Amino acid sequence: MEAEAAKLIGAGLAMTGMIGAGIGVGNIFGSFLTGALRNPSAAGSQIGNLFVGAALAEALGILSFVLGILLYSA
Amino acid sequence: MADPLHQFQIKKLVDLPDVTLPVLGHQDLAFTNSHLAMTVAFGMVVLFLTLVTSGAKIVPGRTQAAGETLFGMIDGLVDSIIGHDGRKLFPFVFTVFTFILAMNFLGLFLSFTATSQIAVTATFGVLTILLVLAIGFAQHGLKFFTLFVPSGVPWPVLPFVVIIEFVSFLLRPVTLTLRLFGNMMGGHVALKVFAGFVVIAVGGAIGWLGVPVMILSLGMTVGLTALEFLVAFLQAFVFAVLTTIYLNDVVNLGHGH
Repeated sequence: MEAEAAKLIGAGLAMTGMIGAGIGVGNIFGSFLTGALRNPSAAGSQIGNLFVGAALAEALGILSFVLGILLYSA
Repeated sequence: MADPLHQFQIKKLVDLPDVTLPVLGHQDLAFTNSHLAMTVAFGMVVLFLTLVTSGAKIVPGRTQAAGETLFGMIDGLVDSIIGHDGRKLFPFVFTVFTFILAMNFLGLFLSFTATSQIAVTATFGVLTILLVLAIGFAQHGLKFFTLFVPSGVPWPVLPFVVIIEFVSFLLRPVTLTLRLFGNMMGGHVALKVFAGFVVIAVGGAIGWLGVPVMILSLGMTVGLTALEFLVAFLQAFVFAVLTTIYLNDVVNLGHGH
């Protein structure tokens, strides 16, 4: 296999790390909605925690995205 | 057609004479498009906040209410996370928040996003962690290191927990940097890719099949642009929230949680 082709395939494979981030972020928002519909009065105070959790889960997916970009443009 | 990564290139608008500095060595100075975007963003923030506070009234008008909402949001955030001591740190968080928000929003109007440059976001990340270290050492001295020793952990696992806490502390500026950079860059690449599909379809490269592709891609571009406005705000807000949480760790070290 040519090195150029292997590099592009590698960049594409690195993007599969985003799957985990997608599951994680979906899980957080899904769980938040479940909790918020059960107790709507407490939901407002947890918005901050919601976004922090989503941001932390998303950061790991972003790491794989950055890795993919690095491989693509290396 | 230019490739999707072309939009992130730094271009020199005005080339300044090169300088040689003692430690940094030979440096290429220029007024670039990144510099221009940041200057415009800075001007926008100052102009907006001056405008909303110039004719301040007891009962706010429309523009004043917008400014007060922005101010009140960060004020409430800092107050709820840090508490009484947060009042001193509010200016830093508010400055970072408004500046990042302005740069993110300008990226959707101009052809260049300053926050899609890792050098810009890394500066914010390093600035935040340096402030955390400065406050930690100034307020607590060497007791700052108790940050890495959580209370209530059984002693056999304590060394491992300390190592994990220490590494996660070191990774904070890195994730802070890469999250903002990745989100802004990823969003703009996705926008450009879908816009590129429209150009290809209009060019007639795939014949009559291009008509539905054209319509779907244009719809997707419009939808993604709307989503990008949400992301631009959310990322600035998330940066402010995480900055506040990291500052809270050292301001209220050893009590509160």
